[in-house]
Amino acid sequence: MSRTFLGMPGRALERGFPANAAVAVRDSQLRFNLRKATRTIRGKRAAVVAELPDWEGLRQAGKAIKDHTLRNLDRYLEQLEAAVTAAGGHVHWARDADEANRIVADLVRATGETEVVKVKSMATQEIGLNEALAAEGVTAYETDLAELIVQLGDDWPSHILVPAIHRNRAEIREIFQERMGEWGRPAPEHLTDDPRALAEAARLHLRERFLSTKVAISGANFMIAETGTLVVLESEGNGRMCLTLPRTLISVVGIEKILPTWRDLEVFLQLLPRSSTGERMNPYTSTWTGATEGQEFHLVLLDNGRTGVLADEVGRQALRCIRCSACLNVCPVYERAGGHAYGSVYPGPIGAILTPQLRGMGSELDRSLPYASSLCGACYEVCPVAIDIPEVLVDLRAKARHPRAERLGMAAAGWIFNRPERLALAQRAGGRLRRFVPKRLPGPMSAWTDTRDLPDIPRESFRDWWDRTGGRTGTERQDGGAR
Amino acid sequence: MRVALFITCVNDTLFPGTGKATVTLLRRLGVDVAFPRAQTCCGQMHVNTGYREEGVRLARHFAEVFGGYDAVVVPSGSCGAMVREQYPRLAPAATGEVVPKVYELSEFLIDVLGVTDVGAYFPHRVTYHPTCHSLRGLHLGDRPLRLLRNVRGLELVPLPGAEECCGFGGTFAVKNPAISAAMCADKVGNVMATGAEVLCAADNSCLMHIGGTLTRQKTGVKIMHLAEILAATEAAEVTATIERSAP
Amino acid sequence: MNARDQILARIRGAVAGAPDVEVPRDYRGATGPDAGTAEPRPIDLLAERLRDYRAIVHVVPEAEIASVVREALARRDAARLVVPDGLPPAWLRPREAEALPYETVGDDPELSADDLDRVDGVITGCAVAIAETGTIVLDAGTGQGRRALTLLPDYHLCVVRADQVVAGVPDAVARLAPERPLTWISGPSATSDIELDRVEGVHGPRTLEVVIST
Repeated sequence: MSRTFLGMPGRALERGFPANAAVAVRDSQLRFNLRKATRTIRGKRAAVVAELPDWEGLRQAGKAIKDHTLRNLDRYLEQLEAAVTAAGGHVHWARDADEANRIVADLVRATGETEVVKVKSMATQEIGLNEALAAEGVTAYETDLAELIVQLGDDWPSHILVPAIHRNRAEIREIFQERMGEWGRPAPEHLTDDPRALAEAARLHLRERFLSTKVAISGANFMIAETGTLVVLESEGNGRMCLTLPRTLISVVGIEKILPTWRDLEVFLQLLPRSSTGERMNPYTSTWTGATEGQEFHLVLLDNGRTGVLADEVGRQALRCIRCSACLNVCPVYERAGGHAYGSVYPGPIGAILTPQLRGMGSELDRSLPYASSLCGACYEVCPVAIDIPEVLVDLRAKARHPRAERLGMAAAGWIFNRPERLALAQRAGGRLRRFVPKRLPGPMSAWTDTRDLPDIPRESFRDWWDRTGGRTGTERQDGGAR
Repeated sequence: MRVALFITCVNDTLFPGTGKATVTLLRRLGVDVAFPRAQTCCGQMHVNTGYREEGVRLARHFAEVFGGYDAVVVPSGSCGAMVREQYPRLAPAATGEVVPKVYELSEFLIDVLGVTDVGAYFPHRVTYHPTCHSLRGLHLGDRPLRLLRNVRGLELVPLPGAEECCGFGGTFAVKNPAISAAMCADKVGNVMATGAEVLCAADNSCLMHIGGTLTRQKTGVKIMHLAEILAATEAAEVTATIERSAP
Repeated sequence: MNARDQILARIRGAVAGAPDVEVPRDYRGATGPDAGTAEPRPIDLLAERLRDYRAIVHVVPEAEIASVVREALARRDAARLVVPDGLPPAWLRPREAEALPYETVGDDPELSADDLDRVDGVITGCAVAIAETGTIVLDAGTGQGRRALTLLPDYHLCVVRADQVVAGVPDAVARLAPERPLTWISGPSATSDIELDRVEGVHGPRTLEVVIST
């Protein structure tokens, strides 16, 4: 099978995560933007989650509903297909990105239109739909504010919820002023960098397009197997515009986005908004079942590597993800590296476990992603469906190919730790050589000593002290205590 | 009750003072702690770097060494979390019996011995970093803080951004040095903002990381393991130790 | 093998032998209607939460709906208002045949998107309102109209009856019919896309005004 495409070509793919991150961390504007944004959203999330006395109960229910669904995914997909079809919709199946893009392009071509409006969707980002449509002569217009900023700026998304999180208001103003005219109605004269003014500019820029475009493309947050209902959560109303006004609606949705029953929404409509935008409820949620209010409706069910992830006993929990991005917002590594360093439309902790599973670990970048974490566990703590991201990271590390020098070092350490006498000998050797350890080390260990001192090696290990004294305190050589 | 000390390879090799302090403290509280000589390493570095087989071997070894004790005390949040979180996945049959008997030091003091005032005296301004594995792995909660608040003479100052990782993460620090150093720089900035003389934690590996930056930047802030502060009883002796190890 | 069969076969291979799980439903409202808290009352909580998200809210006795609606429209200088089929006439006029100071527009025949874009506002009822989240839910039923009616006009005035207010999300889901197109509305259109700072007013109605009758 060819490598699963995840919609992110470019420089970030050519190097490993450490090299990408090292570049990003030196960009002080990026650091400032990310720090400000992630800290704002972190606080909002914590406040609205703390309001619910039954948050943990909802979280466990959410986790179990998803696990049960994944276990019975074949059955629920068939049920969904039947329900959507019965409600006048058309269901298509796509094994990979190419197949999904081909289906969508053919559907658009059949309408005779050459322009489509899009609701923000991770699945269509993942398959690179906009580029595929462009190759067929169809222009896809992003309508979510952040996606618009990314599209106008000829940029790549760096966050699941807020793709332009790496941009601040001044940069956004500049992009609007310089680029809006090339895509349609230009930005108002004397545009300021007040977020209100920028939102107003986006409203004016897209208004005419919403009223006239005949085809819309969306993803979905949830699909209900029992009823055939699709659910989209959004804030701005661009989603409602796309879902309501065009004559044809095409929704591209990953197969794991399914929930068995209508009732299950009562759990996820509490978990997702609070985890995602840190609101009690997002401004707009739309649900529709099949062809609605005279609209033609197509559902494209997307695999693109998901069934491969499903086959992994540990890794399959990543398919519970509801794309809330709470793990990104709380991650100290993401906050400093930014989204582009991950070289995938799925950045941050969830990206570090999802990308290598979907795409495999053939490239240096994909092999380095499971290591893009200090295993601090903050992601697991905030995950609304309790994905144990550190567990999956460690599991993927065991499956990755390791560098030879590291393998030898780990084997040597293992050999020493297998026998306490060997450990004691190594400690004594270290104690004797303690004065010869330089403050700055060569080779890979310089990664430590470039910014940090090494601890002093003590003359006597704990076990030698114990042997000498029988653990009688008051006989120390006074090299413990504060350092 | 037969109590064993699991010193951990990092403490054994680099921070024997923490082990001595743990022994001093436990004996002062009437616990006759044993040190099984065959112990080596919990296997965390191997497992977390992707060398699971070594980790399984070390987990089995741990179970053999500590199987006969009623309680195993570990002065390390991350090694404690390794045993409690990862052993059940790595070697469930071999370690099933020993895992529930493993206690991080503050858990042992508060949950098993039922003490929060250990009779310590440490007249210094101290801030506490609740390392990730202590906080989110073992869920120590405020146990270490309760112990520190009962230390006579000690002024405990809150650490801003306390719950954020220092950027150590074992081999993360050398595999992603730029990000690790940036995280540590922020942690050090927060430590400096407290005006504390001493940074305390229940984990020497994180302290080694933050301390390495504190000394490189010649900040004058000392690092001390929780056990060392709790073991201190005479002001003069501890103050002398601090002065002697100043850079 | 076609794509459908191949994907289903891959799934069956992937999960073969995996254990199934029971779903624990240990949360409020899981076992029946959630009474909510005595203080604040659900309608007061709804009002508070709607205001939190910058909606304009009035809590009034049923008899006063018409006068509050009239004042609200006067404040906006509304000249043309969309009124969907089945909206209780008493919400606009306390007495029959009373003249209105604005023009009302119906949706039969259907208004075009451009027509809707040019009106000054829309008044609707709703299907359900959720106190805890400050949400009103429209199901395109009587007095609400199709979805575009509350989307294109820049001003949405919504009347909520006390018996439509539920405590939490589970109660709302239980009352709603999935086969109807639903629009859940929590405050006016908003975005957090610039520095994750919330700004009200993007593509949907920039002003949401809610009249809750006691």
